[in-house]
Amino acid sequence: MMLQKLQSLGRFVMFVFESLRWTFRKPHRFRLLLDEMQFIGNESLGIVALTAIFTGAVFAYQSWLAFVMVGTESLVGVSVSLALVRELAPVMTGLVVTGRAGAAMAAQLGNMRVTEQIDALEVMAVSPLQYLVGPKLIASTLALPLLTAIFGMIGNLGGYVVAVYVCGVDPGIYVAKLKYFMDPWDFYHGLMKAGFFGFLLAAIGTYQGFKAKDGAQGVGKATNDAVVYAFVCILVLDYFLSVLLPTGVRTQ
Amino acid sequence: MKAGQETSISATIPAIHLHEVYKHFEGAQLPTLQGMNLSVKTGTIHVLLGHSGGGKSVTLKHVLGLVQPDKGQVLVHGQNIGECSSVELVKLRRKFGMLFQNSALFDSLSVRGNIAFPLYEHRSELSEEEILRRVESLLESVNLSNCLNKMPSELSGGMKKRVGLARAIALDPEILLFDEPTTGLDPQTARVIDDLIVSTSRRLSASSLIISHDVHAALRIADFVSMIWEGRIIETATPENFLKSEQVVVREFLLSAGVI
Repeated sequence: MMLQKLQSLGRFVMFVFESLRWTFRKPHRFRLLLDEMQFIGNESLGIVALTAIFTGAVFAYQSWLAFVMVGTESLVGVSVSLALVRELAPVMTGLVVTGRAGAAMAAQLGNMRVTEQIDALEVMAVSPLQYLVGPKLIASTLALPLLTAIFGMIGNLGGYVVAVYVCGVDPGIYVAKLKYFMDPWDFYHGLMKAGFFGFLLAAIGTYQGFKAKDGAQGVGKATNDAVVYAFVCILVLDYFLSVLLPTGVRTQ
Repeated sequence: MKAGQETSISATIPAIHLHEVYKHFEGAQLPTLQGMNLSVKTGTIHVLLGHSGGGKSVTLKHVLGLVQPDKGQVLVHGQNIGECSSVELVKLRRKFGMLFQNSALFDSLSVRGNIAFPLYEHRSELSEEEILRRVESLLESVNLSNCLNKMPSELSGGMKKRVGLARAIALDPEILLFDEPTTGLDPQTARVIDDLIVSTSRRLSASSLIISHDVHAALRIADFVSMIWEGRIIETATPENFLKSEQVVVREFLLSAGVI
């Protein structure tokens, strides 16, 4: 059982390694990269924005409920902002994009695998790793930080609206505390994480699709596995990246 | 045979040669291929007959390098596929054109997109107009016009096969592979596809390997017929001699098809 798990992990690592090797080899198909950026990035904007505004809003409200008990409600803004840019924005964006684009990658490639379309590509002397996987890996790695930045902005806006207009926190103090406590490296920390998550979700999604078999049932399983594995891996990786990546230096 | 090819490929070197190929898939009770020997002579049409699950499609995947043998050699124009790097394998595959059992058309592309795909990938010197002209000419060669902008989902099984054939020959391949090209088609359409396979193979002077279980078609279109049984070739002969085979399995196969 353990050996099988290790073999699976080895195959996944080989798949990623081979895909990267093919990705940077000529010919470069920028059109495919743009298409993937459009699908993974642009088309995820709506759901990311919706998730962000309510994540910021609910986090601000819960923080206020806690802080008001000890009279430190002026820290609601910085609490929301720090949590958003360093943790919630990259993780939530990763999970949302996994549910949308990661699942779609597994389903698309799984369907192509079981209908021999991937074999057809190989027979036509086109590497499917280069043609299908490479653009998704790059697009997802680039799109996730951008989506995360947007998530952070909209989430902060949601938090500000709830804190100021619902909970009655002074807007001047809210902003002043943000300026005082926040550091650009808090943003960079979140954006770097997002890049890792983007790569990971695309690697898992494409790998699961690539090894799909047994018709429609196999495609369904590949899609399900892609989402489950990517969710778990993002959450586990998040802890290690939080520890390892540099963050903003607190002034107090 | 294309100009210049005569000098580069010796007539004695088969287009495809499988030598003592063994393959046992993980989890399978028995090996799929057990000492498979097969030679497809350059410029001939070779039909590989056999029962379902007998290893015919696996043989084809070995020829394409999609599956590596556990033991034995697969040679294409004398080049050992097992010794090719992934980049060399991609280059080698430019010699092939293949018609898949279910056509394997890209369902997100139109008929035009499907046939133009190999041209965009490997003939980047061609202009849009030249590619369109070539696509139209390929469609005409498989007797299929007026469906340039249709999607694969709008085509019948026979039409898909013809589009698949047009795509397979877009780059004038030296070797044509067909995986059960007429399975699931009505007899009339199957005959049209068979005739197209012969005319296309002859026109391109390509070496063709056809995987089939249709004995009647095999005897009509093949230069050579082989029979696979339990993972190895038990008979290879011209259609006339194949009918006279003394092999019990071959005779039973011919008898069950109503040929003898």
